[in-house]
Amino acid sequence: MDSVEVRRGTYHDSVRLMQASRALQQAQGVEEALVAMATDLNRELLAGMGFDVTVIGEAGPNDLIVAVRAADEQAVAHARETLETALVAKVGTDSGMLSAPPSHVVGSAAPGATLALISVPGEYAFVEAMDALEHGLDVMVFSDNVPIAQEVFLKQAAARLGLLVMGPDCGTAIVNGVGLGFANVVDSGPVGVVGAAGTGIQQICCLLDEAGVGVRNALGTGSHDLSIEVGGSSTLRGLAALDGDPSTKVLIVVSKPPALEVATKVRAAAEECRTPTVVVYLGEAGVTLEGAVSQALELLGKPPPIYASWPAPSDDHRPGSLRGLFSGGSLSSEAARLAAAAPGEVGRDEKASGHTIVDYGDDEYTRGRAHPMIDQRLRLQRLEAAGRDPQVGVMLLDVVLGYGAHPDPASELAPVISRATAAGAAVVVSLCGTMGDPQDRDRQALLLNEAGASVWLSNAAAAGHAISLIKEGGR
Amino acid sequence: MSGLERLLETEPVVVTAGVEVLAGALEAQSVEVRRTEWSPPAAGTEAALALLAASPEVAEANEVAIARLLEVRPHLVDVVPAARVIPALTERTFLHAGPPLAWADASGPMRGALMGAMLYEGWADSPEDAVSKLEAGEVELAPCHHHQSAGPMAGVISPSMPVLVVQDPDTGGVAYSTLNEGLGKVLRYGAYAPEVIERLRWMERVLGPIVGDVLRRRGPVDVRSLIAQALQMGDDGHNRNRAGTSLLLRTIGAALVESDIAPVADRSVVYSFIDSNDHFMLNLVMAAGKLIVDAASGVEHSSLVTTMARNGTEFGIRLSGTGDRWFTAPAPLVDGLFLGSFTAADANPDIGDSAITETIGLGGFAMAASPAIVGFVGGTASAAVQRTLAMYEITMAEHPSYQIPILEFRGTPTGIDAILVARTGVRPQINTGVAGKVAGVGMVGAGLVEAPMRCFVDAVNALAGGVAGI
Repeated sequence: MDSVEVRRGTYHDSVRLMQASRALQQAQGVEEALVAMATDLNRELLAGMGFDVTVIGEAGPNDLIVAVRAADEQAVAHARETLETALVAKVGTDSGMLSAPPSHVVGSAAPGATLALISVPGEYAFVEAMDALEHGLDVMVFSDNVPIAQEVFLKQAAARLGLLVMGPDCGTAIVNGVGLGFANVVDSGPVGVVGAAGTGIQQICCLLDEAGVGVRNALGTGSHDLSIEVGGSSTLRGLAALDGDPSTKVLIVVSKPPALEVATKVRAAAEECRTPTVVVYLGEAGVTLEGAVSQALELLGKPPPIYASWPAPSDDHRPGSLRGLFSGGSLSSEAARLAAAAPGEVGRDEKASGHTIVDYGDDEYTRGRAHPMIDQRLRLQRLEAAGRDPQVGVMLLDVVLGYGAHPDPASELAPVISRATAAGAAVVVSLCGTMGDPQDRDRQALLLNEAGASVWLSNAAAAGHAISLIKEGGR
Repeated sequence: MSGLERLLETEPVVVTAGVEVLAGALEAQSVEVRRTEWSPPAAGTEAALALLAASPEVAEANEVAIARLLEVRPHLVDVVPAARVIPALTERTFLHAGPPLAWADASGPMRGALMGAMLYEGWADSPEDAVSKLEAGEVELAPCHHHQSAGPMAGVISPSMPVLVVQDPDTGGVAYSTLNEGLGKVLRYGAYAPEVIERLRWMERVLGPIVGDVLRRRGPVDVRSLIAQALQMGDDGHNRNRAGTSLLLRTIGAALVESDIAPVADRSVVYSFIDSNDHFMLNLVMAAGKLIVDAASGVEHSSLVTTMARNGTEFGIRLSGTGDRWFTAPAPLVDGLFLGSFTAADANPDIGDSAITETIGLGGFAMAASPAIVGFVGGTASAAVQRTLAMYEITMAEHPSYQIPILEFRGTPTGIDAILVARTGVRPQINTGVAGKVAGVGMVGAGLVEAPMRCFVDAVNALAGGVAGI
């Protein structure tokens, strides 16, 4: 029996909801379960799972949906109990008489801290970030969907206070060797990275790691930092700070296609740096992350390595178009730019026909749900659909490892990939990770490869391979 | 080292708000993490909070307001008839607790107290006569809070009543409160029986003049010092005032013996009256509180709560930065223990200006200091400590004088920030008595009540109306 319940005005963070969904799915007698905010996307996901979505009615992104498909009423009731436990916060359970109750806002937890990591829904992020700045903390705003005027204001305030705001929509950073948000495990070393491209930074760190070169600081500045409005504020300040660090021998500035005048300003600042600086703007002709890493290695006097790959047992595939399903914005940008070499237009959203490369980490797909690097459900569903779609010949996807990311993404992806390759599609995976990452990178690669995918550590190589498959055509 | 250099050079200590998995990832790297239990702010405050967060004048104004609040040095200097010092009372006017109120909206205990005051002043010759005159609007009603005064429960102050005069020697500021009548059948709980009126007359004739003379003889009594000592002796300054009352009586004891304006028999009764009323100190704390909050009022853009008061029908707050405007919501019912055979069904909604004690960092905010009453207000000693600790998150300062022994003499959480109330969803908690809803029944219980969020939502929006925004 199906049970769909709406709880109005109930807030839980999207990752907790994902964990709750998982706990429900594992509860006895439960076949399917989804606990999520009632966004359009989640509504669609629910419909795709075969639930009756009419009962959701007018509910919106601030309302919680609890959908359970179970053997009988008893199992549904049991699932609900499981849910209550799963939704209870585990913070502040220390019941010591004199232990302070948990803080609810950044400011009250600030004494003694140096940095705030804010990942609340975007509409609330500004207040918490300002609170952090006023308490003397540097800030990383992981949240997306923050109005640009608020971002400008935050960054001006930070500049005044001598602090740095990374973000909003900043997915990754490494500060003094500590990974924040989505971050790969790399050794400390001579390279400093700064930029408005989360997975671009991650890819650079991973490729450098593969070449045996470490990174001490990698400052994400947020995907809008190089817009006209923000003017590269955090990128420029981060660059200046890293330039002043004597242990940094080479700098890399990375961004998705920036606003032209900002691009010029940042490039000029890079040229002013005492430290040799490589600037990589994804989207410019001939520019790849792998290429930028090669330049940096050259500046350090090191030869670029041959990055590992795990070829598919066969490159044969059915004819059809390219379907790119990404979780990383920069990786998706890079792939899309390279795919311009393929015959035919490449659409960047789901509505486009023919070749498409879609970033499921984009704002429009993350409202009311966790990032696809954490919660793969939407992408899994799309992969499944693409596998069944005879129009699709080649699928290209990224799998990003490291702190913050899904603990074992390949275990969820492999069965879907197997079905897709069995149906004749080629699957190409760009695997962004290091040997030190908690997910065990090579085991992830092997699982994906055994499912029939070809796996590449360099995103540009993965995209290049996918495009050559398209060019060759299928059989 | 700038904050940016610190970021690149040092091991971070990270406050996290939001996605739990990201906090866990930091802990996996052995980073020190301070998790917050973040949740969205009170509904309807999102836009206002963003505007206020972008307004540097709010933080500056709050610094000014809280400094003023903490600076006040209340001294008890005299007892005089209310009409002599409160100009409004030279007309046919009664002051009452809480936000402005019309007779038609008044609750049982408030009506009873107003009727009693009519009889006491001789403006009515029977309860029925009092009702018809009050109904006809023959007497103006005004909040105590508009006239430098504060009154417990119904808080009715009429012209002839003696009032405590509290003054700040530095600024000359003054504030007033009535003298506490004790428990049982008393005006403040809406009783107007002959013995109630008789006691009020005795207070006017004997108690007020004697205590006034004693104070003039002895000189000013430092109220802040009394409160500070009382907290360390188990008072919270609201629901428990036994230590404070004892300290006050000890302080004025010699002068009471020396006073020669009344026969020794009267002075002996005065001593016994104060000694037998554990709440005698409450009204003095409230007068001091009024002096304190008035000093902190009127700082443009400040989100400091300068008033929390209830009239038995509505709960109202005012902010330093929003002038005289009240933000009200229906007065909540108190969650507590009931005396004898009384039950929750007998309780009037929350009433009285006594929440001024919480407004200055006492009462519910100082509950950790007062284990003796935690049972009375429905909790354990541990819960009392937790309740005080929770209040630090919505306050601007720790009081330099009011210290809590069990918290290693940490100052009480003082100066409620309406913005923090809206952001955290943590509502100010008030330790309070419960009045019976029928006039004249008196006290039926005591317990805890939380200020309604609606008041803070409206106040924060009004405050945001005065800032420029981004």
